[in-house]
Amino acid sequence: MKKLYFVFAIVLIASMALAACQPKPVEQPAPAEPAATEAPAATEAPAPTEPPAPVIKVGQVTDMGGIDDKSFNASAWKGVQDAVTEFGIEGKYLESQQQSDYAKNIQQYLDEGTDLIVTVGFLLGVDTAKTALANPDQKMAIVDYTFPDCWPGAEVGVQCGTDQELPNVRGLAFQTDQASFLAGYLAAGMTKSGKVATYGGLPIPTVTIFMKGFEAGVKYYNQQKGTNVEVLGWNTATGEGSFTNNFESLDDGRAQAESFVQEGADIILPVAGPVGLGSAAYCKETGSCLIIGVDADWYDTAPEYKDILLTSVLKKIDVAVFDTIKDVVEGNFTGGTVVYTIADGGVDIAPFHEFDDDVSAELKAELEAIKAALIDGSLTVDGVLGQ
Amino acid sequence: MSAKEKTEKTETRPKSEKNRSQAFWQSLLVPVLAVFTGLVLGGIVIAATDKGVAAAFGNFSANPVGIFPAIWKAVATAYGALFYGSLGSPREIIEGLRVYRSSGDMALLLKAIYPFTESLVTATPYIFAGLAVALGFRCGLFNIGAEGQFFMGALGSAFVGYSLIGLPWFIHLPLAILGGAVAGAVWGAIPGYLKAKFGAHEVVNTIMMNWIAFRLSDWLLTGPMKASGFRPVTPTIQRAAELPRFFPDPLRFNWGFILALLVAWLVYWFLFKTTLGFEIRAVGANPDGAKYAGMSVTRNFVLVMTLSGALAGLAGASQVLGVDHWVGQGFSAGYGFDSIALALLGKSHPLGVVLSALLFGVLRSGATRMQSLAGIPIDIISIIQGLVIIFVAAPAIIRWIFRIRVSEQETVLTRGWGK
Repeated sequence: MKKLYFVFAIVLIASMALAACQPKPVEQPAPAEPAATEAPAATEAPAPTEPPAPVIKVGQVTDMGGIDDKSFNASAWKGVQDAVTEFGIEGKYLESQQQSDYAKNIQQYLDEGTDLIVTVGFLLGVDTAKTALANPDQKMAIVDYTFPDCWPGAEVGVQCGTDQELPNVRGLAFQTDQASFLAGYLAAGMTKSGKVATYGGLPIPTVTIFMKGFEAGVKYYNQQKGTNVEVLGWNTATGEGSFTNNFESLDDGRAQAESFVQEGADIILPVAGPVGLGSAAYCKETGSCLIIGVDADWYDTAPEYKDILLTSVLKKIDVAVFDTIKDVVEGNFTGGTVVYTIADGGVDIAPFHEFDDDVSAELKAELEAIKAALIDGSLTVDGVLGQ
Repeated sequence: MSAKEKTEKTETRPKSEKNRSQAFWQSLLVPVLAVFTGLVLGGIVIAATDKGVAAAFGNFSANPVGIFPAIWKAVATAYGALFYGSLGSPREIIEGLRVYRSSGDMALLLKAIYPFTESLVTATPYIFAGLAVALGFRCGLFNIGAEGQFFMGALGSAFVGYSLIGLPWFIHLPLAILGGAVAGAVWGAIPGYLKAKFGAHEVVNTIMMNWIAFRLSDWLLTGPMKASGFRPVTPTIQRAAELPRFFPDPLRFNWGFILALLVAWLVYWFLFKTTLGFEIRAVGANPDGAKYAGMSVTRNFVLVMTLSGALAGLAGASQVLGVDHWVGQGFSAGYGFDSIALALLGKSHPLGVVLSALLFGVLRSGATRMQSLAGIPIDIISIIQGLVIIFVAAPAIIRWIFRIRVSEQETVLTRGWGK
């Protein structure tokens, strides 16, 4: 038996050694055979006197949702990839699997000399601010977060990132209540039961802003039409609503949809990332409700639910990230906060796709008018809610 | 190493000196080969998903030998980045040492040892959680609940860490550590008690306790334990409750690692040098026999699950007090679940657990660099870990691959249903 060990060891070592040695014998005759591909490389190689323009490096650090969360991490990554295609930059991502990874992943990009570090989500806020303060030359951008983020009494660098403007960090914010206002108006016009519903993953501003706009849209419809469509799951006045308290559990999304349907709602806006897919599954199976997607157009990202997808509230994180990279490439990068609104197309609602025939021409025209009014400022979400 | 040999002595019938050292090496053989095979198969996965390799295969008819350098390049890049990212480069460390010696400037040295210290930081909770599962195995209990106990421990120590204000560190830090251990112990004791009292299987109960812990933490983080502001995270712990760090930022290496080694030694001493430890192992080896010998099987079940929970709680405590200083949702990357694999790999021996934890720490920590430089998804590490578990759990596969003769009876790690 011992002999067999040796045989095995020798075979393994031999295979490794063979593999290691392969490149040389192969590459030497290479210029002769595939001359077409190898020749230019050969001429370029011995010309180090002309330094090529350094490739801009962009690194994205995801939060725990991972790169394929079908939500803001994926959307931000799409922006990076678009920039890779457009400008030939180098784009990378690092997934955080737990909260101690945030600092570590940012550190990795610092060590590599990455030109722009894009962090995603409020959980990375403190680490982003710390890095930016310690490395004032490092360009950074953070999705869905803005600086200064400290409130009176908060401990700087611990509870929040910083109480000052950061010239090297661009905070990317979205006025999503404008888009969900449209969705709310649409839902109010489409409901048959007179009740629509929304719920969130967590009671955080980037989530509740969707719910607030939705409620305002429904309220505006009621004011215009003299109807009495009810919104379940959110009340801006009290600040209370339905939350799953996580962004993971599809079961929670399912249970939430079921309870809304039992209460009489027939259109649901889930603002909880993948949790909403659980609600969509429930609606599809029972045929008792319609879903309004969030962030991306779910018609593209979750086509299996297109039959019950009324529309989606778009939050174009990819465009925001792409614009930021473009500014870096063109040397126009600035810090501070950039807010994307319905005026610049950073937020919007998606086409109605399968429901295009069901939405009346009148309703469509009204939505266009509202959109125009939101853009020129004659109609505001807070204005409607304040009345 | 002598510790391991002594274990063999107490566990198996006395053998001659030569046989014993042979048995020791044999016991190392399967885990080592399992890791090796896992890395080789992981390499195959890396090569199979690599674009360069795919291109070389596309060119197979023209240049059939060309696939080998392509495969080599893909695998070497990935594993090179993995190990550079977890161990650092010896050249840089020596250079850093030289500069430090001559000028007293630590910056270069700190940068050089950063990767290795990060591996130790990652290994720390693994050691605690691995010990938790290993202790359960020794008593024939399968504690799948380490993840939940980890969460509870983290929350417990965070609570003690932020709610008590103005204590000196030598009181606050031990209290915070204790808080984590107690919270974990409670979470472990419940399934232990249910098993002892009602015969409810601990596998089912610990899994259920995990879900309760996850949802409970969701609620605590959005409710009672939420910090001011909108983020669903606990307040940051007081300075006095932090496990001190050895180096300035960004190096996070802290006393938690030393504590983990200390606890590993304690567990070893407890298991192999005390009467109670002997009872636990006796119950694990043969509960009927232990009962016949006058030992209380049920009491040992409760005791071991409590201690196991406390160890997993310490894992959470070390992570909060040493690294994160606050707890948010999705706090753990599955340390509790990985630790099952780790305990299997370490053959449920404290020394084995420490070594396996270091290995897992190296793999997890190096994965960051591998993901960035070689573009390999971090999930490959989970694949390698999964393969290692399979090979360790089914040693017959390894024996078959490497043609190893069976020489000793396998230790029973855990029993199935009904016993």
